[in-house]
Amino acid sequence: MVAARPISSSRLPGLAFFLVVASAAAMSVLVLMPLIVVFHDAFLKGLGKYLASIRDPDALSAVRLTLLVAAIAVPLNALFGIAAAWCIAKFEFRGKGALLTLIDLPFSMSPVVSGLVWVLLFGAQGWFGTWLLDHDIKIIFATSGLVLATILVTFPFVARELIPLMQDQGADEEAAALTLGASGFTTFWMITLPNIRWALLYGVLLCNARAMGEFGAVSVVSGHIRGLTTTLPLHVEVLYNDYDFVGAFAAASLLASLGLITLVLKTGLEWRHAGELSANRRR
Amino acid sequence: MNFQPTDGAERQAGAESPLSLEISGVSKSFGRFPALKNVSLQARDKEFLALLGPSGSGKTTLLRVLAGLERPEAGEVRFAGEDFLALPVRRRKVGMVFQHYALFRHMTVAQNIAFGLTVRPRAERPAKSAVADRVADLLSLVQLEGLGARFPAQLSGGQRQRVALARALAIEPKMLLLDEPFGALDAQVRRELRRWLRELHDRAGVTTVFVTHDQEEALDLADRVAILKDGELRQFGAPNEVYENPADPFVYDFLGPACRLPGTVEGVRLTVADWETKASQGAPQGRVEVFFRPDQVIFAPQDGAGLAAEVRAVAARGPDVRIECLIEGRLFELTARGPGVPGGVAPGLSLRIRPMQPKVYAAKDA
Repeated sequence: MVAARPISSSRLPGLAFFLVVASAAAMSVLVLMPLIVVFHDAFLKGLGKYLASIRDPDALSAVRLTLLVAAIAVPLNALFGIAAAWCIAKFEFRGKGALLTLIDLPFSMSPVVSGLVWVLLFGAQGWFGTWLLDHDIKIIFATSGLVLATILVTFPFVARELIPLMQDQGADEEAAALTLGASGFTTFWMITLPNIRWALLYGVLLCNARAMGEFGAVSVVSGHIRGLTTTLPLHVEVLYNDYDFVGAFAAASLLASLGLITLVLKTGLEWRHAGELSANRRR
Repeated sequence: MNFQPTDGAERQAGAESPLSLEISGVSKSFGRFPALKNVSLQARDKEFLALLGPSGSGKTTLLRVLAGLERPEAGEVRFAGEDFLALPVRRRKVGMVFQHYALFRHMTVAQNIAFGLTVRPRAERPAKSAVADRVADLLSLVQLEGLGARFPAQLSGGQRQRVALARALAIEPKMLLLDEPFGALDAQVRRELRRWLRELHDRAGVTTVFVTHDQEEALDLADRVAILKDGELRQFGAPNEVYENPADPFVYDFLGPACRLPGTVEGVRLTVADWETKASQGAPQGRVEVFFRPDQVIFAPQDGAGLAAEVRAVAARGPDVRIECLIEGRLFELTARGPGVPGGVAPGLSLRIRPMQPKVYAAKDA
């Protein structure tokens, strides 16, 4: 993110120097140290033990499930996000403010609540519980429940990234395309989408990171059935509670690596396509 | 489209050609804000029409209604006899140039210009080589040869504007719509492009509607000018007609600098303070407001006829001389040029001012 113009670039005054050192120290203790600990503990009993923990069938199935949930939730949220951002940014309608607030709701709500909502709706004692039971459809304690919970929690990422950018770009280019004879779909495909591609990728990246790392909401609907409904973060918890520290930290190291990859891609995007991301447009 | 040059005689032929655009009783509001109130006007085939008004007057809304980007609540728009409102934007074949050009930022200049041709259904789409030829023709028409591979961000404002125009012309539009085409350009480029645009219009032979808030631009360029205020059409006519005979005080004020004084009309006599003159024909009776242009006055000696005035300041401004006068307790800035400059005018001098063509409007009871 591009910061505001520095007050003075030639000389760092005493107070500013102190603040920089203090925050760097805090970051090291709070962020860097835990990251090192994760990898240190994962390899504490050697590479062989590390690989064995990762090759464990439960671990592999957790990885598979995490990838599956993200593979369903992220594209859907990308679609929802584009649709929501498009109608909010390009059209005037009643209830726009309400829709914006609704999109932000998952950000302000505890993920546990986001999970609990689905239990209340689809759980055995929930509103639709009996009906689902009669039709032999399992949502809670099954993959579909994990997907629903993840979708709800990660809903705002793409939309929030696209809305400011699309509002900034306005609807003139689309209007021009229409007057030139393009259909609605052609206009979207040839004008709208190319204009938001980097911001969309950025939003998808953040959405994906959160989808794979989500714990709270998923934990409520999962039921912690080993090898069946445990995603990677849940797997870490299960192993940790079993005092299998190497296994827990090995799984955690996978999540941490994922975070690092996301960070690298995100920084690359910010560096390469800063002008086309909305993060830089918020003042 | 036919780019054969036409001579001045043919340009005037527009006056007798059939109506092409008929707007009748169009109203449009945004929420509670009425943007257009029962607006009716017509354009003849190949006519160059200006929609002139201050911001918020509804001129851009009217243009967007013509393009199909806004749907009016009431009224009718016909083009060449066809019900235009029943057609979606993409079937109207209007070439629109947006105020900020709205060029496709991720496409090259050539791709921008070709867009209208490349999005046609396969059956109507010209061959690739034909598209390339057309783009080259249009680039030379707007004098941007060799810039086809650039991106819009690499062009100057004037160049972008010409790309937008070429892109609009590429679809061989039935009508050209221009929204403040010179709004974002500096004065020098504006004047150059103005003449060029008029020539382009004459060669292209399309009906053109353009929106502007600059009265000089509208009067200079257009065949007819429609003046709008608060969504209402105030006057519609040829430039000299509206300039010589503004329909109301607003139009008078908007078309150029104006001086106003209260007066009275009785029969054929117009009285303004101690000055009495013949009232124009059809002038309203009773209390009136008298308008005149600050450069259309005669300076007379103190014992002559006219409004008693006291000179406060004199300043030469290029070819003009500005003379600040106190008339009836109000300060007016009058302009004299060349032989019109009275000799020996200096601050403190008393003289008389005779407006040459005062316009009289019934006084509004405030």
